[in-house]
Amino acid sequence: MTFDSRPLTLDGRPSALLEILSPGPLTTVQDLGRPGWAHIGVPGSGAADQRALTLANRLVGNPEGAAALETTYGGLKLRLHAKSRGSQPSVRYIALTGAPCPARLDDGRLIAPNAPVAVYDGQVLELALPSSGLRTYLAVRGGIDVAPSLGSRSTDLLSGLGPPPITAGDVLALGAPEGGLPGVDVAPQPPLSDDITLRVVAGPRDDWFTDESVRTLYAHDWEATSRSNRIGIRFDGPALTRRKEGELPAEGMARGALQVPPNGLPVLFLADHPVTGGYPVVGVVHTKDLPLAGQIRPGARVRFLPARH
Amino acid sequence: MNGQPQGPIVRRAGSAAVLVELDGLDAVLELHSILRSNTPAGVRELLPAARTLFVAYDPKATAYDTLRAELADRVGRLTGEPAHTGAELAVLDIPVRYDGPDLAAVSAQTGMSVADVIARHTAPLYTVAFAGFAPGFGYLVGTDQTLHLPRRTEPRTAVPSGAVAVAGGFTGIYPRSSPGGWQLLGTTTLSMWDERRDPPALLVPGRSVRLRAVG
Repeated sequence: MTFDSRPLTLDGRPSALLEILSPGPLTTVQDLGRPGWAHIGVPGSGAADQRALTLANRLVGNPEGAAALETTYGGLKLRLHAKSRGSQPSVRYIALTGAPCPARLDDGRLIAPNAPVAVYDGQVLELALPSSGLRTYLAVRGGIDVAPSLGSRSTDLLSGLGPPPITAGDVLALGAPEGGLPGVDVAPQPPLSDDITLRVVAGPRDDWFTDESVRTLYAHDWEATSRSNRIGIRFDGPALTRRKEGELPAEGMARGALQVPPNGLPVLFLADHPVTGGYPVVGVVHTKDLPLAGQIRPGARVRFLPARH
Repeated sequence: MNGQPQGPIVRRAGSAAVLVELDGLDAVLELHSILRSNTPAGVRELLPAARTLFVAYDPKATAYDTLRAELADRVGRLTGEPAHTGAELAVLDIPVRYDGPDLAAVSAQTGMSVADVIARHTAPLYTVAFAGFAPGFGYLVGTDQTLHLPRRTEPRTAVPSGAVAVAGGFTGIYPRSSPGGWQLLGTTTLSMWDERRDPPALLVPGRSVRLRAVG
């Protein structure tokens, strides 16, 4: 599939492209998503780790919310096409953030994370498995220029809005660079760990659970299972017990909500979560820890820490 | 609750959202309308549901205690009159061809003839209560009591786009083909979701809807 290619140069072709050779297990286009449409059923979507997305964009001089590639568990391989046209040089700056992957260009150059790197026309970039974390962001100067849907270029795996996940052979247009490059060589980031602590604000429905179950939530290690995706992370651990039976009328759900279905095992809602849900939410991960939640890989041990707010 | 301060129940939903609990849908829709025309500083998103209004906010732009006080103020202005968000929109007329695969089963479950099922389903003036499930899917309230039926025991893997269905006291219209467990009474050719429209959804909370049987 070829995406709508914009903007066009005088000869009717975009000035620069990414040609996808392999998407790895899952690569999607992501920006800051579609906040503000929940009342008509549209999930927020956007990057699962928004801190990493905005950092990648800043490193290449893009607006923070420019569209980039979010790749899951490495494996992404692509070729840059950047023909020199007028003032457009045959080079583009890129930056990799989020889960640190060994990454190299086909000239043998290793790409350091969290730093702007010049890539030349025709070069192939390949990402290996991340050493920690789950999602790596590749921002390219000018941004990925697929057609937006409700103001966002994000792929939403729940609703189907936005472009479909990237497949081999896709050709993605790049936008025209705007503004200057930041004078930054590298923006060091704290390492990601597979032992993760997330701060949780209690409620809104913690009173649906026994006191002992609420204590268990905070006292126990929870294992992120492989039945997890951009919609949510399913955890394994001791089942939480309800104090209240019956059904909760559907209500709005926050990103980071720990919703507890009838099996008693919490599901942590990520970017593409449904806007409403009918199971009680025992607590909600603090917004400051949501970027970390987007980096939880299957098998990781997670601890929840009560936060005031 | 002696000794408890009076006021609406506002529950934290994390560090950047609250749930306001109300008596029912009319209060939810009225509060939604009030907050849309008189929005407290820092509010980012309003999401009405059956008995709650979800309010997302920017914690850098307002504080929980400030927002809570402002929400209590707006709740204090509730009149109980059905003046909804969406009430300014014209009543949406939806043509429905009553050809759904569950129509005969619904007739059997309710002991009514198919013609009576259709008459009961087209009689009410419906209100879009809230959205969810999929972009453009609205939960319509007002369904005749005789048609308050459970979901199918076996959900379908594919319900066609435009299917008009009932379950759990609601009427709904599938905006696109998707899995679904509601009982299908008919279909409409009216597109519930079109990204080229503004807003893309026809069924916005508070809007009044009539279903009209077509041959």
